[in-house]
Amino acid sequence: MLGLEKKDFRLLLIVIGLTLFAPFLLNPFPEGSELAQFNAGYPDLMQRFVIFGIFAIGFNILFGLTGYLSFGHAAFLGVGSYAAVWMFKLLSMNVLPAIFLSVIIAGLFSLIIGYVSLRRSGIYFSILTLAFAQMSFALAYSVLTPITGGETGLQLALSDPRIFGEAQTATGNIPVPALFGLEMRSSLEWDVGGWLFTFNAGYYLAAFFMIVAFYLAIRIFRSPFGMMLRAIKSNQTRMAYTGLNARPYTLAAFVISGMYAGLAGGLMASMDPLAGAERMQWTASGEVVLMTILGGAGTLIGPVLGAGMIKYFENIFSKINSTILHDWFAFLPDGLEDIVVAMIYPFIGKGWHLTLGIMFMLVVIFLPGGLVQGGQKLAGLFSRKKAEDNTKSSATEPAE
Amino acid sequence: MDQFILQILNGLDKGSAYALIALGLTLIFGTLGVVNFAHGALFMLGAFVAVTLSKILTLSHKVVDETRTDFLGNPLQVDVPYVYDFFGEGVGDLLIDWSVPLSILAAIPIMIAIGFIMERGLIKHFYKRPHADQILVTFGLAIVIQEIVKYFYGANPIPTPAPEAFVGSFDFGVLLGFDPNAIIYPYWRLVYFFFSMIIIAGVFAFLQFTTFGMVVRAGMADRETVGILGIDIDKRFTMMFGIAAAVAGLAGVMYAPINSPNYHMGMDFLVLSFVVVVVGGMGSLPGAVAAGFLLGILESFASMSAVIDLLPGINQIIIYLVAIIILLTRPRGLMGRKGVMEE
Repeated sequence: MLGLEKKDFRLLLIVIGLTLFAPFLLNPFPEGSELAQFNAGYPDLMQRFVIFGIFAIGFNILFGLTGYLSFGHAAFLGVGSYAAVWMFKLLSMNVLPAIFLSVIIAGLFSLIIGYVSLRRSGIYFSILTLAFAQMSFALAYSVLTPITGGETGLQLALSDPRIFGEAQTATGNIPVPALFGLEMRSSLEWDVGGWLFTFNAGYYLAAFFMIVAFYLAIRIFRSPFGMMLRAIKSNQTRMAYTGLNARPYTLAAFVISGMYAGLAGGLMASMDPLAGAERMQWTASGEVVLMTILGGAGTLIGPVLGAGMIKYFENIFSKINSTILHDWFAFLPDGLEDIVVAMIYPFIGKGWHLTLGIMFMLVVIFLPGGLVQGGQKLAGLFSRKKAEDNTKSSATEPAE
Repeated sequence: MDQFILQILNGLDKGSAYALIALGLTLIFGTLGVVNFAHGALFMLGAFVAVTLSKILTLSHKVVDETRTDFLGNPLQVDVPYVYDFFGEGVGDLLIDWSVPLSILAAIPIMIAIGFIMERGLIKHFYKRPHADQILVTFGLAIVIQEIVKYFYGANPIPTPAPEAFVGSFDFGVLLGFDPNAIIYPYWRLVYFFFSMIIIAGVFAFLQFTTFGMVVRAGMADRETVGILGIDIDKRFTMMFGIAAAVAGLAGVMYAPINSPNYHMGMDFLVLSFVVVVVGGMGSLPGAVAAGFLLGILESFASMSAVIDLLPGINQIIIYLVAIIILLTRPRGLMGRKGVMEE
């Protein structure tokens, strides 16, 4: 179906199902219950899941397939956001031209940076991409203030031209991003029993783009082009001996993943029409590296899982404070309760980065294939034959 | 002319910090072949050794001073540091005042121990893994160290003053025959520069003139042959990791008065230090030091107002710009050797 093998098609269907029913799946606990704080089914977080999913899928096309570790990918996301916000300012509040332009601009930007950076490989490539991204960040933060808004970030204003749309609404407010009149922030709420499910327009738009992005990623993974990229990772020298030039392939992969980042940036701006320089900082680039590795570099579903996991931690795990912990362990005797809480406390709430760091280290040390490999190992415990199949498809050793 | 000298001086202290961190990074890379992204965290830990020591020295207990009263008329409670009890007030004050230089003594064993634990406990297992894995695991370690420090010391910068004797600035201009106040330079930065020169000279002398250093250099050139000759090179390299950690830690200790330590200072320096190492040439010690000073000085020149007027924003990007140009024109960096980190 759709030019996919049966197995891949099933994976695609699973992803489509998960994203469509996410408002249900992420809200398993009724409102007002003890566990309601673990619900992630609110629009803002769901949007972030899919947008960072797109970002990580794109990063994985570069890192997972070719093994080139870019430490500056957030720059493309930032450029995409700026492009989208400029479209909102100049053209109209329709999100489609904004997203389209952000993909194009990010693609062009990554073409330039990739053309230069890909002259080197290994750590030199990482440092070059890092240097370019930090330069973009520094410039966006200072000199390019007329274009980027500098420290305050790029924001919409009532005085913007918006030649194809309205500069301001009838009530004198700044209009909100919309898809042919369907506002991105509008939601349908469905109250069933104790549960409250929110179906957000912006989320479904982003989810649609993520499914398309995921489908394209599968096609790339299974195409002869994807095979070339894997060849670059496993042995570039041998590839050169067979008369193939690796450069165009890596550049194409770099530009594709840059465009994915641009798409993510454009969507981010569509959900909330703001763009700041901090989106381009190297810590943001580090985050997408974390997501991809944590989920499983070189696997199809891994980056999406990693992105979801990190965003879930960032938003849900970080809210747990010591009072909530005391509530949980209230059944323990007093002295023991304090000890248990004191032991757990550094790892949750504000300390979630610590948990993330430890988890990331454990994954890199024991599961180079990420959580996907972990899942496969678990599955392999139950059926031996299946494990043999899986190890073939998930060999992920980043090349130099 | 005075502006020129001033900018060179300004570049020296930042350049010394870059040079020291880059030196440690290169030591680790040259000996063990590991790309250590946690090196910035070691620099930060050094700064926090200074913070901790000054906290310990000012640890105090309350004593009721009968001669004075507070605004309610009760006898005044005064905080008396424990060091006063042990050494008397004069020596105690001196110790508190000199806590940052004193931290050097504490930092050397602590940092060497941390380096040992890191190498034996974690990095040892990554020699045979790809460089990308080494980068990732040390990056994770850096996050963990950073978060632990944040947990204990909070997220705010902690001011750690230099000794009283070094507060204030030195008027260089008078020395060179310019107007007074034309070139003034804080004493502590001067101290930092000389300190880093001593450390750099010490590391080079250690490698050049001791038997241990000779073995290490031989191991850097050809690890296998040294192993065949019956020398346990792994043990020496572990020692070198400890020394590299100590160099980063000392750089951090002395940097504490220049910039109040906070938990992410290591990451801020790390990115630049990697750029410095790559510009200097992976695996080249003199290259790392030279590139550190070069980039530090270039950075301060770029922030001169005349330059900024000409090329706005250049001060923000100069280091990266230079790195890109050098990497593209001299692929091995300034003094890189052939065959290091090349496919």
